[in-house]
Amino acid sequence: MSRLMRRLPDIDSLVPYIGTILLILGGSIFYPQILGVDYLTQQLQISAFLGLLALGATLVILLGHIDLSVPWILGGAAILSTSLAGTGDTVLTALAIPAALLFGALIGIVNGVGVAILRIPSMVWTLAVNSMLLGVAVLNTGGFNPKGEASNTMIWLATGQLAGIPAAFIVWMAVAGMMALLLTRSGFGRYLSAIGYNEKATFLSGVSTPSVIFAAFAIAGVCSALGGVLLAGYANQAYQSMGDPFLLPTIAAVVIGGTSILGGRGSLVGTIGGVLFITLLTSILSVMQISDAWRNITFGMIIIVMLLLQTLRKKGG
Amino acid sequence: MRDLLRANQRETIAFSVLVALLVSYLATHPAGPTTYVMTIWANQCLILALAAIAQFFAVIVRGIDLSVGAIMALTNCIASYLVIGTGAEMAFGIIVVLAAGVGCGVLNGLLVVYGRIQPIVVTLATASVFVGLALLLRPTPGGQIDYDLADALTLDVLGVPTALVITAAVIGLIWVPLRRTGLGLGLYAVGSSEQAAFQSGMPVAKIRLASFALGGLFAGLAGLYFSLVTTTGDAGIGPNFTLNSIAAVVLGGVALRGGVGTLTGAIAGAFILKTIGALMFFSGLPPLAQPFVEGLILAAAIAIGGADVLRVKNKLEVFGR
Repeated sequence: MSRLMRRLPDIDSLVPYIGTILLILGGSIFYPQILGVDYLTQQLQISAFLGLLALGATLVILLGHIDLSVPWILGGAAILSTSLAGTGDTVLTALAIPAALLFGALIGIVNGVGVAILRIPSMVWTLAVNSMLLGVAVLNTGGFNPKGEASNTMIWLATGQLAGIPAAFIVWMAVAGMMALLLTRSGFGRYLSAIGYNEKATFLSGVSTPSVIFAAFAIAGVCSALGGVLLAGYANQAYQSMGDPFLLPTIAAVVIGGTSILGGRGSLVGTIGGVLFITLLTSILSVMQISDAWRNITFGMIIIVMLLLQTLRKKGG
Repeated sequence: MRDLLRANQRETIAFSVLVALLVSYLATHPAGPTTYVMTIWANQCLILALAAIAQFFAVIVRGIDLSVGAIMALTNCIASYLVIGTGAEMAFGIIVVLAAGVGCGVLNGLLVVYGRIQPIVVTLATASVFVGLALLLRPTPGGQIDYDLADALTLDVLGVPTALVITAAVIGLIWVPLRRTGLGLGLYAVGSSEQAAFQSGMPVAKIRLASFALGGLFAGLAGLYFSLVTTTGDAGIGPNFTLNSIAAVVLGGVALRGGVGTLTGAIAGAFILKTIGALMFFSGLPPLAQPFVEGLILAAAIAIGGADVLRVKNKLEVFGR
């Protein structure tokens, strides 16, 4: 029994799921179509894009760092994959996805070098990396929307279905599953939280902390790149600054999921719940056709309330 | 003098970089170092400098403020309604604008201190609310600012750009006195070690609230000055300023871990960042390459600032950073 208790997820990570259910029920009072299978499947598909980014961000935040280069890793991967697929050449088309993922990993390692070796605060270093990537993209495409199109695989991954379940959702869950294994069943996962708690102590216990940081940023880069590939498949093109609207919701999703922004404590289950909550919230707010202004205000207020609930619960308990 | 320079090593480096950049900017500018060129440059710099000061007050107490740009957008939109008309009306408008800035800052502070949520997350959420409010006021850019007032504060006084006079006033009349008060000392104490500050009997909660209020005030001033320079209200100005203000304080030698750095450094950082941008414009580089080179210079400047890590003798020292 006690083992079972230990395996149950932390209550912090359940809060966003409760919020999600309340959102669905509350929304369905005004818009009954929200309870429909079509609407909910579509939400699962859309949440996969944010979800992949948030999985990577969870790793980095567990370390006690933050990755602000998400928007242009996403954008760069989308531009790279669509321009490779747009050539029409079979080999290059096949290479589109691997090349984009490799790109993500490389940029992730650049992030890791700045953070782990040069000891530059991740918030500033990843920001600088982001603006360099933006510069490269502008230089390459001339400031116009890049040419090229998504390959059939990319389109299927983003919009296809497998037994009624969106392929994008399956990809998201597969990545989440692999990452969960990595976090719970390998030394890497333990080192990750350990560094988030106390980097010095972890280093002194003989862990090669820089390589853990490299790996975490590289995996986060791959996740962002995969998100970019799927998004490019969804839109069948890459466009300038396609990643910008994703940066803040990604961090919000991770934090609502109960992961401490200071590092060391958190869970993937919570992040997935946070992503579902934020996607549904955004979607319901746009279904309600209220203005941009009120959408922003409601979004911010609900996030504050969720976070206040977390602290209140901790104080009471 | 040498001791003074050594004690303020980070600021000294920032200022030398700034002077070097400014000289090359004036040398490459086709019109040369005229008052007009200097005024345009100083106006742009001052907007970011005020935003960087707002960020400085958050960072010095080991926080971060992602709502600086959003507060600027909100105050800019308020100003585009109120800072026009008779003298009394404008004075009232300015007070409302600054009060709104302080209000936003205090809200952030209350959520951080009493809500016990990390500043980065609080300001992420409140930024969304502030931008929403700004959009309510100005769904599309528009409105107007009194031209006479704008001219008075954005041109020059006897050949010296007014923006530089304002910068000097902020340092001389606000920062230097503030640094000598209990609050000024408290900011550094809380930033260095909140626990130690608490145990030595400092009103930690009040100091944090005050620093957020000051941050809000300066974000409001940044929004107000932005309004004077552009003479319209625009709810979409936020994101750029938030990120640049963080980059500016780091360039100016303020440590993101709190307790290290000065307001003058933050101002210097903002001036450096804007001068790099201005330098690009006249450098003869192909326009499309400019964003990349700008990013590269930013990254290089930050990396050089962090390069002394390669010289430390004991590897454990680096973990304190």
